[in-house]
Amino acid sequence: MPKIPLASWIESLVDWMGTYLAGLFDTIAFIIQKVVGFFNYVFMLPHPYLFILILAVLAWFLGRLPLTLFTAIGFLVIDNLGYWSQTMSTLSLVITSALISVLLGVPLGILTAYSKTASRILIPILDFMQTMPAFVYLLPAVTFFSLGVVPGVIASVIFAIPPTIRLTRLGIMQVSGELTEAADAFGSTSAQKLFKVQLPLALPTLMAGINQTIMLSLSMVVIASMIGAQGIGAEVYRAVTQLQIGKGFEAGLAVVILAIVLDRFTQNIFKSKKRGA
Amino acid sequence: MAILQVKQVSKLFGPHAEQGLELLEQGFSKARLAKEKNITVGVNRVSFDIQQGEIFVIMGLSGSGKSTLVRLLNRLIEPTSGEILIHGKDLRKMNKEQLREVRRKKISMVFQKFALFPHRTVIDNVEYGLEIQKVDKKLRRDKAMTALELVGLKGWEDKMPHELSGGMQQRVGLARALANDPEILLMDEAFSALDPLIRRDMQDELIELQDKMKKTIVFITHDLDEALRIGDRIALMKDGAVVQIGTPEEILTQPANDYVERFVEDVDLSKVLTAAHVMRRPETITPDRGPRVALELMRERGISNLFVIDRTKKMLGVITAEDASDAMRNNRKLEDILVTDGPKVGPDTLLNELFEITSLSKVPLAVVDDNGRLLGVIVRGAVLGALAGESKSEEVKQDA
Ligand SMILES: Nc1ncnc2c1ncn2[C@@H]1O[C@H](COP(=O)(O)OP(=O)(O)O)[C@@H](O)[C@H]1O
Ligand SMILES: [Mg+2]
Repeated sequence: MPKIPLASWIESLVDWMGTYLAGLFDTIAFIIQKVVGFFNYVFMLPHPYLFILILAVLAWFLGRLPLTLFTAIGFLVIDNLGYWSQTMSTLSLVITSALISVLLGVPLGILTAYSKTASRILIPILDFMQTMPAFVYLLPAVTFFSLGVVPGVIASVIFAIPPTIRLTRLGIMQVSGELTEAADAFGSTSAQKLFKVQLPLALPTLMAGINQTIMLSLSMVVIASMIGAQGIGAEVYRAVTQLQIGKGFEAGLAVVILAIVLDRFTQNIFKSKKRGA
Repeated sequence: MAILQVKQVSKLFGPHAEQGLELLEQGFSKARLAKEKNITVGVNRVSFDIQQGEIFVIMGLSGSGKSTLVRLLNRLIEPTSGEILIHGKDLRKMNKEQLREVRRKKISMVFQKFALFPHRTVIDNVEYGLEIQKVDKKLRRDKAMTALELVGLKGWEDKMPHELSGGMQQRVGLARALANDPEILLMDEAFSALDPLIRRDMQDELIELQDKMKKTIVFITHDLDEALRIGDRIALMKDGAVVQIGTPEEILTQPANDYVERFVEDVDLSKVLTAAHVMRRPETITPDRGPRVALELMRERGISNLFVIDRTKKMLGVITAEDASDAMRNNRKLEDILVTDGPKVGPDTLLNELFEITSLSKVPLAVVDDNGRLLGVIVRGAVLGALAGESKSEEVKQDA
C-alpha cells in the first residue's frame, strides 16, 4: 500500500491559506504587535523601582505581607541581575496572550455549556490540543506569521486557551439546577440568567481557569523564544545552547519569580473578589 | 371564573412520549409504561380549577408527580398534552415573550430548598424579580423592603443568605416571590426542609398572609397534616393522576376510594378538625324579649337553653329553661338570669382542646370571633361524632 500523502496535503492546505487568508493574518499580526508594544511601553515607562513599588502596593491590597515582600525582593533581584527589560517583554507577551485567551475562551466556554453540538465539536479538539507537545504549536504559528513576537503570542494562545474554555464550561454547568430554575421562574431572559446568575456563580471556577491559562502562557512564551520572541526566554535559550550554566540559572530564576508572582496575583484577585461579594 | 384551569394535562418523560399518551388512554399503567416502553408518567390527565384567593394543596407521596405538575403551571416543564388556562388564556399557546410576562407579573414560585442566589444579599435576592423587569432602582428597593417586612425580616436586608437560618431563608424565598405582587404563588414543598416547630409557624404565617393579601396559593406537600392545616381544598395524587379533590373534611370523612382511605386512616382528627368544623347554627334571642318568649322558643325547638345576642350579633350570655320559667313566675327580665361566664372558644380551636371544655360544661360551648360575635355553638355529641367520622350534615341535637 502506498504511503498516504498526508504531509503534501497539509502543505497544500497551508499554501492555500497563506495565499487567500494573507489579509486576515496581516490584520491579526498588526493588532497583536500593537497590543504587545503597548504593554511593553507601559511597563518600561516608569523607573524599575517605581514599577516595583506599584507592584508592591498592589500585592499589599491583594494579599498579605508575605506576597508584598516576595514581589518586591523578587523584582529587585531581577533588576539587579540585569534582566529587567527582558522580563518586561515577557510580561507583555504573557499578558497579551492571556487577554486574548480570556476574550476568546470565556465566550467559547459559555457556548459549550449551552450547546451540546458545540461541546461535541470543541471538547475533542481541546483534548487533542492538550496532548500535543507544546512546541508543535510553533510550526503553524511560524508558517503563517513568520518569526518574532506575533507567532509567539499565537502559539501561546493556542496552548493556553483550553483551561479557560473548560473551566468556564464547568463553572456554568455546576450552577445548581434549582438556581437556574428560579431565574427562569421569575421570567429572566437567557442573557439575564447568564449574567446575573450563572456567570457570577461560575466565577470562582472561571478564575481558576484563567489562572491556569496565564501560567501556561508563561511557559509557552519561554518556549516561543525558539522562534524569535524576545524576552527572558531568549536568555534561557541562549544560555542553554551555549552551555552557560550560571547564566542559565540566573535567567531561569527570573522566570520562576515572574511565574510565582503572576500565580499569586491572579489567585488573590479571585479571593478578594469572593470576600467582597 | 376560576383563576387557573387545568384541563386533561399530561406530562410524559422519554423519547416516545406522544405514543405513551395513546397507551395511557388504552389503560396502560404507569408501571407498565415504564417497564415496556421506557416512558415515565409524570402527570396523568389531570384536571382541576383553582379559584381566586384559595389555598389549593396538591398532596401525594414522593414520586407521585407533584413537582412536575406544579412546574407545568408556569411551564418550567412543557406539558405533553392538555390545556392550562390563566384567566382563560392558554399558557401553552403563548410565545416566549408572553410566557415571561406571565412569570414576571402573575405567577411566582417558592422552592423546597429555597433556591436563593448565594452571591446576592437578602435584599438583592428579594429584588431579583423586579430587577429583571428593569423597575426603577428606588421603587424596587421600596417594594422589596415592604415584602421583607411582611415576612418579618426587616433589618436583615444586607446579610448574605448563608448567614440566615433555614426558616429565615425560606422567608426570603417567600418575600422574593411576593415582591413581584403576583396573583398566584406556587410553593413546591416550601416548608418540607424546615424542622417541625418552625414549619408550624410558617404554616400559620402563610395562612395569615393569605388572609391579608388574598393571593391564590398552590401549595405542594407530601405531608397530610400540613395539607389539612392549610388547604382550602386538597388534590390527592397517585402515580401522576389526581385521585380525589375536596375540602379537608371531605377527604377525611368521604374518602373516594381505598387508597385515600388508607392515606388518611392514621390521621388524628382531633388535631386537625377545629371548632369551626363541628359547630352548629346557634339558637338565639335578643335581650329585649321577655322570659315567656324565650321559654316558648325553647319548647318549640326542643332545647333547654338559648344564646342571647345583641343586634350586632355580639354574644351577651346564655339562659337556661329553668331560670327562664323562674323569671317568668317572679316577673324578672332576661338580663337578670343571663349566665355570662359560660365557656367560649375561637373558631380555630382544635378538637382535642375542646374535649375537656365540653365535658365539664352544662351549657353548650359558644364559638365567638375576635370581636365577640357569636359564630356557632358546639354540643358534646358533636365533638365525639366528628371524631368517630360522622359526616357534618348529620343532625346532632343541640342539647344532646
Ligand atoms: N426530568 C425527568 N425525566 C424523567 N422522569 C422524571 C423527570 N422529572 C420527574 N420524573 C419522574 O416523574 C415522576 C414524578 O416526579 P415528581 O414530579 O418529582 O414527583 P414528586 O414531586 O411528587 O415527588 C417520578 O416518577 C419521576 O421519576
Ligand atoms: Mg417533589
